[in-house]
Amino acid sequence: MALLEVRNLRVRFEMYHGTVLAVNGVDITLEEGETLGLVGESGSGKSVTNLAFMGLLPTPPAVVAADAMHFEGRDLMRLSESELRAIRGNEISMIFQDPMTSLNPLLTIGRQLTEVLEVHKGMTRRAARKACAASLEDVGMPNPEARLDQYPHELSGGLRQRVMIAMALLCQPKILLADEPTTALDVTIQAQILELMKDIQAKTGMAILLVTHDLGVIAGMAERVNVMYAGRLVETASTGALFARPLHPYTRGLLSSVPTLDSDPDAELYTIPGQPPDLVDLPAGCAFHARCGFAVDRCRDELPDLERHTDPVTSEARFSACFESKNLAAFVKNAAGTDDATVDATGGGRP
Amino acid sequence: MSLLAITDLHKHFPVGKEGLFGRPAAWLRAVDGVSLELERGETLGLVGESGCGKSTVARVIIGLHSATSGSVRYEGVELTTLTRREWIPYRRKMQMIFQDPYASLDPRQTVASILAEPLAIHKLGRPRDRRLRAIELLEAVGLNPRHVHRYPHEFSGGQRQRIGIARALALEPDIIICDEPVSALDVSIQAQIINLLEELQERFQLAYIFIAHDLAVVRHICQRVAVMYLGRIVEVAARDELFGDPRHPYTRALLSAIPHPDPELERTRERVVLAGDVPSPLDPPSGCSFHPRCPERAEVPDDRCAREAPALVPRATGGARLRACHLDES
Repeated sequence: MALLEVRNLRVRFEMYHGTVLAVNGVDITLEEGETLGLVGESGSGKSVTNLAFMGLLPTPPAVVAADAMHFEGRDLMRLSESELRAIRGNEISMIFQDPMTSLNPLLTIGRQLTEVLEVHKGMTRRAARKACAASLEDVGMPNPEARLDQYPHELSGGLRQRVMIAMALLCQPKILLADEPTTALDVTIQAQILELMKDIQAKTGMAILLVTHDLGVIAGMAERVNVMYAGRLVETASTGALFARPLHPYTRGLLSSVPTLDSDPDAELYTIPGQPPDLVDLPAGCAFHARCGFAVDRCRDELPDLERHTDPVTSEARFSACFESKNLAAFVKNAAGTDDATVDATGGGRP
Repeated sequence: MSLLAITDLHKHFPVGKEGLFGRPAAWLRAVDGVSLELERGETLGLVGESGCGKSTVARVIIGLHSATSGSVRYEGVELTTLTRREWIPYRRKMQMIFQDPYASLDPRQTVASILAEPLAIHKLGRPRDRRLRAIELLEAVGLNPRHVHRYPHEFSGGQRQRIGIARALALEPDIIICDEPVSALDVSIQAQIINLLEELQERFQLAYIFIAHDLAVVRHICQRVAVMYLGRIVEVAARDELFGDPRHPYTRALLSAIPHPDPELERTRERVVLAGDVPSPLDPPSGCSFHPRCPERAEVPDDRCAREAPALVPRATGGARLRACHLDES
């Protein structure tokens, strides 16, 4: 049994200007000890997906529905608020992007950390303080004892994010939901934090759901990747297969529009033309068709489902929501050997 | 003669006060002796971690901050000693694009008035000419000229950044300082803006100072790159030299910290993970300010790094690249 299993998750927001269709049928399976990457641009619904199964979306305006949402066999949708609260921060923890706004500026680090243990584990303040200092030490915080009496503003961004991670790990959660955990940090600090998350995972066997738009971070951390576009999963595969052989044109576009340290710096960057669609007024058919170089007539009217493919190299089962995935696979195969940036005669153009 | 020459630039900010009217309790040395040159039509990258002083350098160059000491010369003319009035013609020559396309446009102005404002301030053309110019600018940055009467909130982030670029182009500058112009944008939009900047550079012979923390983007767009650490430049070199053969331990660490979007490489490569944070510029370390975090400090005898600040000089082997480090790599 999977640790976390979500089937057909739908989230919409009822707003004055219309209904925002933020998540439109997403499946997520998370196994013990694995890292699953969730990639997509702003507005693709990746953060909302996370917040939805933590029960953290304000309703109204949010309306959350799913065919199934199971954590270790428990149905998250049937749990009461107090039962959910016993899971949140205890068995499932979250790290948010911005450590400055997710820590309370009026309370000391120590107070914010000990609260977690007092609430979930019923520890005394003194015992909790000791455990928190140890936890800060585990995340590589210099002078952990002294930090407990400091306020968030006295720490740098990297140290604040360490506090967030220490807090998330206090109860040794089974799942860590990391929503852009390093986006606000410098690359050098990002490298420290990612190493730290990997170390802790190796020690405790927790599963990580890593939400980010940084494909480099995903490449180093995740075993499997889900790609989201306009509230849907458009592709899912093992990290190696996805990066080497993307089957969805959007994944392919994302991968080739990022300059890397070994791409040809003088070649023009590949761009995905146009803008992501308006979630209030989603286009008919595939939401990506207007920006897609592979689109055929069918794409404009019909919504493609996630379809099973067999990876030619690893023989794994992988999924892509595109009518043209077979052609794309052939196209990628033909292009193999040539420089990736130069084979993009198909997309091109500007909005 | 260089288009822009910066020599031994310092910018120190006062912090706190001793007594009611007292002197500042401390000085924050945001920029601590920076020298740079920029040629016409070139793109110079300025990289480093947050707080290293890269944005302050930019702000001093275009006169948003006054320099504490040092010189900024535009075509040989010293800018740091100019009065406000004398500054005006030089403002036209240097423009800026900001990081946050949501915060850098006035929400109550239409695109037409945003783009005409710089022209009005510099008393260029009649209102009718300015409107035509606004339309021309929108076309240049790939926006629909019919949207000239819209307000910023009607545009997406990438489109707003295009408006910011159009505004910077309005006065036909020689230099545009781009302060993290793509870091707030999604990857698919980022590539569009980078291509646009390159296209405009060619078309209008612009020189860019490109400030960014994403080194892969910097490598794509810049011909030369300067690496800053704690208010100083630690290495300057041509793009291929810097990325192919970094000579300062900090540059090496910075390059090694970038995650590669290639799972096989990313999992196998050797990585230098720097310990700790950037020290406070209020109390910089003695000697080389990088020495407490430097992984190669032990290679230099007699703990020279902790005692003596290295100068930014060419290496013994010659070449145009400069480096500030005691490491002897013969």
